[in-house]
Amino acid sequence: MPPVIQVTGVRKTYGRVVAVDDVSFAVNQGEIFGLIGPNGAGKTTTMECIEGLNKPDRGTISVLGLDPFRQSRKLQDRIGVQLQQAQLQKRIKVWEAVDLWASLYKSKALDARQLLEQLGLTDKRNAWFMNLSGGQKQRLFIALALINDPEVVFLDELTTGLDPQARRAIWDLVRGIRERGKTVFLTTHLMEEAERLCDRVAIIEHGRIIDIDTPKNLIDRHCPERTVVLTANDPAAADRFRAIPAVRSVTSVDHQFTISGVGDNLITAVIHCLSDNHIDVTEFRTILPNLEDVFLKLTGHSIRE
Amino acid sequence: MMRGLWKLTWIEIKVFLREPLGAFGAIGLPVLVYIVFGRIAGHAFPTNAALASSGFLRVGLPVAASILIVLSAVLSLITIISIYREGGILKRLRATPLHPQTILAAHVFVKLILSAATLAVMLLVGRRYYPIGVHVPVFSFTLALLISTVSILSVGFVVASIVPTARFAQPIGAVVLYPMIAFSGLFAPIQSFPPVLRVLAQVLPLTYAVSLMQGIWNGDPWSAHLGDIAALALVFLVCTALSTKIFRWQ
Repeated sequence: MPPVIQVTGVRKTYGRVVAVDDVSFAVNQGEIFGLIGPNGAGKTTTMECIEGLNKPDRGTISVLGLDPFRQSRKLQDRIGVQLQQAQLQKRIKVWEAVDLWASLYKSKALDARQLLEQLGLTDKRNAWFMNLSGGQKQRLFIALALINDPEVVFLDELTTGLDPQARRAIWDLVRGIRERGKTVFLTTHLMEEAERLCDRVAIIEHGRIIDIDTPKNLIDRHCPERTVVLTANDPAAADRFRAIPAVRSVTSVDHQFTISGVGDNLITAVIHCLSDNHIDVTEFRTILPNLEDVFLKLTGHSIRE
Repeated sequence: MMRGLWKLTWIEIKVFLREPLGAFGAIGLPVLVYIVFGRIAGHAFPTNAALASSGFLRVGLPVAASILIVLSAVLSLITIISIYREGGILKRLRATPLHPQTILAAHVFVKLILSAATLAVMLLVGRRYYPIGVHVPVFSFTLALLISTVSILSVGFVVASIVPTARFAQPIGAVVLYPMIAFSGLFAPIQSFPPVLRVLAQVLPLTYAVSLMQGIWNGDPWSAHLGDIAALALVFLVCTALSTKIFRWQ
């Protein structure tokens, strides 16, 4: 099956600033694909090029086999879009917005009432856009992105500015979109969001893609280190831990041991060691690398900087 | 996509009328001012003969009111477009199968419909308080008004294309539009201007709109105003062509 989105060698400049440089990747049917990177890395520019809102200087883009510029309206009919920092008319009512959007598409629109129900906006049907909370606005934008039952859904910084609870609710919604067989393309600068939500991610910085893979593979490839922190009142423990093949270093402060090593089986090996040697443990936790660490490793700086 | 156009137009009308002062500012206030002005003028010409000879009440006031409504509609269009651009509303609407022109056309329709409603209410309500022209060619005047409005709206689109932010839209729009009133021959005949101002008047699109509307209201035949129509059409074509080149969506 050909990829749903194929981006090849795309470059976009604003004056002398190169926003996106030689970006290439493919998004497959039915996956949640995340473009991750810090603010200003080129995420939104890339996404808007794919949506046909921004014309790249170079390179080719194909979405559902269509050219986003020459076949813009044909494409718009089959995709759903949520834009970063977009607003609606201040005094448009929730149901009016959904009703208006439903009328703009040739394809059969979803049942608006049911969609609002799913997104928890039924109580807010008659509320003006300006009176909605941040989370409610985002849910409305998701509703507008889904109303035409699109094949591909684009979500740009969907949960930025939301509290953790609203964020989790939105993640569930996005997973729900994938379960209905849609392809989701999203951008985020939140590594936790990417890790929990995305099947595959592309890391972008300074307009260039640094690496593309599943979150797990990225972590395994770039940050194979695993760490176990445990507390045990056993003078011989340190030597026992050092004898484990995967262990690289063991440090201890007041009976608390920090055991570092490489590979997924480090933790199992430590547990076996504890059990075989009858070492009593009063504290046990693991420190696992995440995408944040991958980003730090690949770029030399934290994504929040 | 006509369904989308009408739905968007209708929603924009509703959204506009929900603004504080929306309905009152667009319809109520002009009607009120019109009646007050008319009554003051009416008292100044107490007899029917004086009234009949008063060009101001018979022609000037209705045409002036129409022009002011058109200009405030254009100013409002400039402001709304720049607010929508700044808020990303234009961009969000573009990310749909709508034609970009349809989005802007909806705003033009909103202004045309609201202006027409305001004028209709104004003339109907005004009639109860004092007489306006007896043999006003309503259909022809409406057409003249439509031609003028569309032409001036196209000027508004050029302004809307170049205003940097929504904050500047209102003042810049006002500076571009309102001085035109003074030199358009609305309150004083252009023939009475010094030569420099007469030249200025000739390059202002509003001058032709005023001439056309006053003439048609007075019962002139269309053939007497072909020059005005040609000038307004030229303004429309030039401004529309310019807008399509320089209009920014974000």
